[in-house]
Amino acid sequence: MTSINDILETVKDPEVPVLSILDLGVVRGTEVNGDQVKVVITPTYTGCPAMDMIEANIRKALKVAGYQDITVETILSPPWTTDWLSEAGKEKLRAYGIAPPVGGSEDKSVLWAEDKVIPCPHCDSLETTKISEFGSTACKALYRCKSCLEPFDYFKCH
Amino acid sequence: MRQSLLTYTLSLGDNSMILGQRLGEWCGHGPILEVDMALTNISLDLFGQARSYMQYAAEVEGKDRTEDDMAFLRDAREFRNVLLVEQDNGDFAHTIVRQFFFDAYHQLFLKALCESADERLSAIAQKSLKEVNYHLRFSSEWTIRLGDGTEESHQRMQAAVEALWPYTGELCTSTALDIEMADLGIGVDVAELKAAYDQRIAEVLKEATLTIPESGWQQTGGKEGKHTEQLGFILTELQWMQRAYPGQKW
Repeated sequence: MTSINDILETVKDPEVPVLSILDLGVVRGTEVNGDQVKVVITPTYTGCPAMDMIEANIRKALKVAGYQDITVETILSPPWTTDWLSEAGKEKLRAYGIAPPVGGSEDKSVLWAEDKVIPCPHCDSLETTKISEFGSTACKALYRCKSCLEPFDYFKCH
Repeated sequence: MRQSLLTYTLSLGDNSMILGQRLGEWCGHGPILEVDMALTNISLDLFGQARSYMQYAAEVEGKDRTEDDMAFLRDAREFRNVLLVEQDNGDFAHTIVRQFFFDAYHQLFLKALCESADERLSAIAQKSLKEVNYHLRFSSEWTIRLGDGTEESHQRMQAAVEALWPYTGELCTSTALDIEMADLGIGVDVAELKAAYDQRIAEVLKEATLTIPESGWQQTGGKEGKHTEQLGFILTELQWMQRAYPGQKW
């Protein structure tokens, strides 16, 4: 039988389909007991509209693999941060055209903190500028490269 | 105790949901595309938080109600959100000032709620705090940009500060329920947040060249279910589908 991780690796983030849910770091644990399986997941953002679909896709993939008794549990604590993204996941993001988070998660309660330098995922230029703190999905901000002039998404630190 | 925890949890969900609904009204109407996305992203975060609280409330209640029943099938008097969050969007200045006044409170509140003896509320607070830090940065920056902007933006912001100021007092006024929950180590005695709140507001409004109104009457009642007329209009739109087609699913 295929290992549980191999099965979960086939379940992708519906909004960033190059990332598996393992890359994304939303799987907190698995328990297998015969044809029973339990998967514990955590949301990236509380309002992430992909969570219900991720849960449905996990069930589907496990069912196809032969598991009958499937439980998917969602927990909130400890909260997900971008530190849970795997290194492989960050590289996949960059190759996909989304700048991966720079540095670890930090205290965003500080107002007027200096913005970090975000390298352009297309041309690696460091001459980039933030267009909007809030981007196409809850987990991304919008940037523009001043060198190649391309706009790009940045998977923001969280 | 169970009833108190239920009401308390719902009140937190109501704050997030009603403000989220207000921000959702901006969808497609933002002054620029980036702001449109920001306001609706913030709305989405708030709905996510509301969902977490309402799921928990349904479990605490232990009857057959779900998170959807909590959102769509309660009447105005059962909502315990603060009056500030139900106020009209008004112009962009009103929306930003309302957001800033609430975010500044929300961040302090969630930091305190992270220490709750109730593991579930603590987990929701830890998660939500990460989102609200972004919200506060957004609304603080816009408060400063518009307050210290053009003559017109300054005037509009000052008008918004004066219109919404009477609804800020309720944020840091503890009700009997707040104190009961705080005594149990579950909730937050919000009166203890007031000094830090006033300081944060003063700091940002000063930078924004805006003037804090000379105290005056402060409206309360939302936390006890006594709302301004605005809430009825919000619920009419929010709950329309379930009221017109009870039990409708998609």
